[in-house]
Amino acid sequence: MLKNFAQSETRYFYALIAFGLLIAAAGLGAAHFMEEHGHVVTGMNNQIVWGMPHVFAIFMIVSASGVLNVASIGSVFGKTPYKARAPLASLLSIAMLAGGLSVLMLDLGRPDRIIVAATNLNPTSIFAWNVLLYNGMFALAALYLWTMMEQRMNRWSKPVGFAVFGWRIILTTGTGLIFAFLVARQAYGSALLPPMFIVMSFAWGLAVFHVVQSAMYAWNGKTLNPAILKRMKNLLGIFVLATLYLVAAYHLSNLYFAKQTAFEHFILYDGGIYPYLFWGGYVVFGSLLPLLLIYLPSLTKTPASEKPGGVVAASLLVILGSFSLLYVFIIGGQAFPLSIFPGYEASSSFGDGQIASYTPSLPEILLGCGGLAIAFLITAIGVRVLDSLPHDVPDRRKHEAE
Amino acid sequence: MSDKVNLNRRQFLGKASAAIAGIAIAPGMLLFDFAHARPAGEAASSAVRWGMLIDTTQCDSGCNECVSACGKENGWPEAKSPTDVQWIRKVELKQVSTGRQTSLPMMCQHCAEPPCVDVCPTNASFKRADGIVLVDKHRCIGCRYCMMACPYKARSFVHEPVLDHNSDMPRGKGTVESCTLCVHRVDRGEQPACVEACAKAGHRAILFGDLNDPHSEIYLRIRSVASAQLRADLGLNPGISFVGL
Repeated sequence: MLKNFAQSETRYFYALIAFGLLIAAAGLGAAHFMEEHGHVVTGMNNQIVWGMPHVFAIFMIVSASGVLNVASIGSVFGKTPYKARAPLASLLSIAMLAGGLSVLMLDLGRPDRIIVAATNLNPTSIFAWNVLLYNGMFALAALYLWTMMEQRMNRWSKPVGFAVFGWRIILTTGTGLIFAFLVARQAYGSALLPPMFIVMSFAWGLAVFHVVQSAMYAWNGKTLNPAILKRMKNLLGIFVLATLYLVAAYHLSNLYFAKQTAFEHFILYDGGIYPYLFWGGYVVFGSLLPLLLIYLPSLTKTPASEKPGGVVAASLLVILGSFSLLYVFIIGGQAFPLSIFPGYEASSSFGDGQIASYTPSLPEILLGCGGLAIAFLITAIGVRVLDSLPHDVPDRRKHEAE
Repeated sequence: MSDKVNLNRRQFLGKASAAIAGIAIAPGMLLFDFAHARPAGEAASSAVRWGMLIDTTQCDSGCNECVSACGKENGWPEAKSPTDVQWIRKVELKQVSTGRQTSLPMMCQHCAEPPCVDVCPTNASFKRADGIVLVDKHRCIGCRYCMMACPYKARSFVHEPVLDHNSDMPRGKGTVESCTLCVHRVDRGEQPACVEACAKAGHRAILFGDLNDPHSEIYLRIRSVASAQLRADLGLNPGISFVGL
C-alpha cells in the first residue's frame, strides 16, 4: 500500500493542488458575483454588516499569528523540538495570513480601491494600523524563514525570531482592538478582548499546526516522536484552558453589569442559534471534548495515545470551536439591538429594538472556503518546494537505522 | 541630413508630449475652475456648528414626511428590506416604566467626536469644519467599520447598484452613506429637506441652525427648554438634541 502510494505520490500531490485550485477559483468566482451584484446577494444587511467572510478571515488571521508560537518557543525560549518546527510554522503563518487577508479584501464593497486603503492611512484607525501590521508580518515571517533556511543567515534567526515574537503579539492585539475600540455595541468595547485574542491565537494556531504536521508525517510515511507529540499535545491543552478562562471572565464581567445582562441573556440563553453555538460548538465540542482527548488518563495511557489520531481529533474540534465562538462573537454581537434609547422599547423600519436576523449565503461561505484554499495551496506548494518537514534528531536516527 | 531629421523628430516628440500633457490636464483645470459650489472665501468655518433640536412632543407617530422628503432630496428609494438604505427613519418609543409613547426622527447625530471618523481606515469618513459628518464616496472602500462603530445605527451600506442619481448627491454601490444634513442645501443657505417637510406638514418638530450663533433660534431654544443628546454617556457630543425624551 505504502509502496503504491510512494509511486503515485506526485500524482496525488497534483490532484490535491487541483482540488485546492478549484476551491480557490470558486471563492474568487463568489467574490466576483458579490462585486457584480452588490452585497445584496449575501446574508449581510444594514444590521449585520459583518458576516461569514469575517468569521473565516478573523479565524485565519488570528491563527496565522498563533501558529508562530511554535517558532517562538524555539527561538525565544530555546526549546529544541520547537526550533525544528519553526520553518513549517513560518510558512503556515504566511499562508494563513494570505488566505485571511484575501477574504477580507474581497469582501470589501469596493475591492478595486485597495490602493486607496494602502495610500490613505488614518492614524486613529486600528484598521489602518492593521494594514501596516499585516504587511509587516508577511515581511518578517518571510525574513525569518530565510534566516532559517539559508545557512549563512542562520546566526540572524534568533534576533529575527525575537522580532517576529514581538510583532505578532502587537498584531493580534491590533486584531482584538478592532472590536475593543467599538463603544457602540455591547458585545465589544472591552479591554479584555486583545489579551483574549492573543490566547485564542495560541490555541487555534497550535491546533492548525497539529493538523498540518500530522498530515505531513502521514504523507511522508514518518512517525512523530511520541515525546514531542505528548509535549505539544499538553501545550494545546493549556492554551484551550486559558482561552476558556478568558472567555469565561469576559462573560462573567458582562453578567455583573446590569446594563449588559440582557445582552448576555441573549448570547448565553435565549438567543436562538447563538447559545447553541456557544455552549455546544465552543464549550462542549470545541473545548471540553478536546481537553478530555488530551488529558483523560484512560485515553492518554493507551498505546493509541502515542499515535497522532487523538491529537488531530482534538485539534479539529478546537478549530470547530473557534468558528463557533467567532460566529457568536461577530454575528451574535451585531444581532443584539443597539442600546440607543435606554429605558425605552424602540421599534422602527430599520430594526431598532429588534434582534437582527442573518442567514449565511453560499457566496459568503464559498469566499471563506476560497481563503482557506489559498492558505492550503501556499502551504502545500511551500512544503514541497522548501524543506519544511520538521527534522528531529531522534527521528533522523530512526530513519537511518531503517 | 540625418541629424536634422532627428532634430525635427525630437522637436515633434517634445511638442506632441506637451500637447498630450495639456489635453490630459486641461479638463481637470477647467473643472477646477468652473465647479465651485461656493465662491472662495466662504469655506466651511469652525465658527459655525450646524445642529438640530428635535421636539418629540411635536412629532406625530403617523407622519413620515421627513423620511420621504429626505429620500426624494437625496435620491434613495423607500426602504423595503434590511439591505435597503435609510438615511433617516422614524422610531417609535415606549417608556418601559410609564408606558408613555413618543415618536422621533433618527438620523446621523453629527457628533463632535464621531467614532465613524476615528475608525475609518482611509479617511473617507470626515467631519467638516462646521460639524457636518460626511463620507467621501471616492475614498470609501466599503469595509463597514464605521457602521460597526456608530452608536446610533445611522449609516447604511449600498447593497445594490444605484441606477438613479440626484445630481447633488452622488451615490454608489459598495460604499457607506448617511444623512449629510443636506449639506448641498445648507451651503446654498437653505434648510435641510426634512426640516422643511416637517414644517410644511404643520409639525415644526425639527429646528435647524447654528449652535454657535447667539442670535440663532436654536441657540436660544436649547438654552430655554430641557433637551438631551442621545447616549450622552458616550461623550460624543452630538449636534442633534431632543426635547421630551
